[in-house]
Amino acid sequence: MTQLNSFIIAALLIVLLGFAYQSGWARSRKLVTANGVKIHSRSQYHGALVAIWVLIPALLILGLWAFFGPNITRAFTVTQIPADVVATLDQPALNAAIQRLQALASGYGVSGDLAPYEQGAGAALRNFQLVTFLIVLAAVAVAGILALLFARSRIDARLRARTHVERIINLLLLACSAVAILTTVGIVASLLTEALRFFTFISPFDFFFGTVWQPNNSGTAGNYGSYGILPLLSGTLMITAIAMLVAVPIGLMAAIYLSQYAHHRLRAFAKPIIEILAGIPTIVFGFLALVTVGPFLRDVGNLVGLDISATSALTAGIVMGIMIIPFVSSLSDDILNQVPRTLRDGAYGLGATKSETIRNVLLPAALPGIVGAFLLAVSRAIGETMIVVLAAGNSPVLRGNPFEPVATITVSIVNQLTGDTDFAGPQSLVAFALGLTLFVITLLLNVFALYIVRRFREQYE
Amino acid sequence: MDMLAGKVKRTEATINTMATRPDAHTAPDRPIRINAEDVTVHYGAKQALFGISIEIPDRAVTSFIGPSGCGKSTFLRCINRMNDTIEGAKVGGTITLDGENIYDPSLDVVELRARIGMVFQKPNPFPKSIYENVAYGPKIHGLARNKADLDEIVISSLKKAGLFEEVKDRLNEPGTGLSGGQQQRLCIARAIAVGPEVILMDEPCSALDPIATAIIEELIDELRENYTIVIVTHSMQQAARVSQKTAFFHLGKLIEVGPTSDIFTNPVHKQTQDYIMGRIG
Repeated sequence: MTQLNSFIIAALLIVLLGFAYQSGWARSRKLVTANGVKIHSRSQYHGALVAIWVLIPALLILGLWAFFGPNITRAFTVTQIPADVVATLDQPALNAAIQRLQALASGYGVSGDLAPYEQGAGAALRNFQLVTFLIVLAAVAVAGILALLFARSRIDARLRARTHVERIINLLLLACSAVAILTTVGIVASLLTEALRFFTFISPFDFFFGTVWQPNNSGTAGNYGSYGILPLLSGTLMITAIAMLVAVPIGLMAAIYLSQYAHHRLRAFAKPIIEILAGIPTIVFGFLALVTVGPFLRDVGNLVGLDISATSALTAGIVMGIMIIPFVSSLSDDILNQVPRTLRDGAYGLGATKSETIRNVLLPAALPGIVGAFLLAVSRAIGETMIVVLAAGNSPVLRGNPFEPVATITVSIVNQLTGDTDFAGPQSLVAFALGLTLFVITLLLNVFALYIVRRFREQYE
Repeated sequence: MDMLAGKVKRTEATINTMATRPDAHTAPDRPIRINAEDVTVHYGAKQALFGISIEIPDRAVTSFIGPSGCGKSTFLRCINRMNDTIEGAKVGGTITLDGENIYDPSLDVVELRARIGMVFQKPNPFPKSIYENVAYGPKIHGLARNKADLDEIVISSLKKAGLFEEVKDRLNEPGTGLSGGQQQRLCIARAIAVGPEVILMDEPCSALDPIATAIIEELIDELRENYTIVIVTHSMQQAARVSQKTAFFHLGKLIEVGPTSDIFTNPVHKQTQDYIMGRIG
């Protein structure tokens, strides 16, 4: 029923819009032929302006209905339940009763016996929904037609339809970018408020400086467990450090080879392949770590007399490093290519060898950009989850040995949010505090990286 | 407008003084330093140079002129094998420096480029200090035994490039902070510091204003005493002012070469004449 309703409204709108555009277009055309006056805007713009005029009131009405409609329907539904019955129901039971009525009205039927009032109430609700739908539809149509007539009557040679349409497109673009910004603001706000709720259970000091991570997941008031972030933070940083130790040298050397030494045919072939590495889902890297790399490292450890767990910071770090190689190499490659050719020529012209040119001229010139690339890779490594879930061993204990299992912030968020979550206690609310910490860390890194990359750009453009 | 008029006047004056200056005529009679025979260049399938043969005299300025895309820069870059760094570029024929083929497989290109320095169209100082820019070449070639040696090389190179007085108090500031003309003189100092015998200049003044251009031209005239200089230029006036020998290139071919005064006053080929009169180019 609702899908059908949306379809009818959409169809009505499209017909109205097409008609509006056509009529605006045709009317402005007539201006041209009638008296030969030069009109300000071309006919397309007049058509588009009329269509926009039709769309705006229609969307306003639909928006109002979307906003207030559910409450109005609900209020009506409550009136259909006998007052003495309502009096006996608490809030959840009332919601359930309303849902039963709505199910009845939609024709799906309900389980269990019908209360005496329900059949009639369901039918009444059904009628109510139909009538309101028709009212909304009529309102949309009437408003659209009125707007069409009004907009059409405004068309004359001097109407600056192009200016208006372009201003509206401008607003539309602004609105789209506002969506991205507002989403970010909303996410931060929700993280903040929930994290603040968490801090009413656990003091920020215990959270940020606590060395024990032992949430008591079934605990009640007074016995929530310990929520020290330090073991998780150290695990995160250790894995990130190992990942960067793997990714930075390999990625950077690959970039130098590809941008300076490789034949262009090899480069055309190798670069996409390296970039495919970035397209492999992280969960697949997780398998690789769990099934192949972990046991291999354990065996190697046995051979040389080291006690390496199959799931450890080392395993997760190495695999994560492999995963971010393409980030480092691809970004560094671009940055090395951005270094002006004239600088390279200058060094060659002095009789510098290829490696001298790269070491003494190219890399120093590209350094800020490369550092920026590294920082972006770090923030990606810090936020990485799947590899760590599978391969790091999930052992939230503060220790410095990379051969032993660790847990990271991301993994602990996963752990605290899976299973029963009611967001009433610190057990699940801690996820927001962890998420906020992670967000702040990666945000700072990104800001720093962008700052550095921008300074690099200014130097050469 | 005034400036243009002044420039033209100066060109005429220069040509006149050249005609009377003894070395203007004798320069082409100096010993031959570089000899190119039947040089061709292909960029992939496209041929950029067709059988260029030219002799470049010692301690004189030779200029290459011609319209854009005529191959003059390409030929210049053959002389110190800079075309090696361009993928797909193939050079044929022979070029000899003091009788030694520079395209001989046994020749070390790094050594060659230390003997044949280059100054580029756009000033391209490294993102290092002024001192480091000049010291870089001597450092990689091991020309200085100690810091005092290096200081001396840097200072004398800056002096020869006529830049020392302007930058002596800020040798540690970045070279990119200098003005365009100063940057180009820094690049000349950088090239001189390696102790080259030949200096190639690829339109060294095209990114500079007239005043900076005049300074560089004076400098080129001084450097001629000690270096063999080859300069590519878009400006015929500049070729007339600074060079003793001129070669006119058109569509990848060397059309005419001779003493500068002859080329500008009495060109043999019609194409040269048309270019000099401004009818093509």
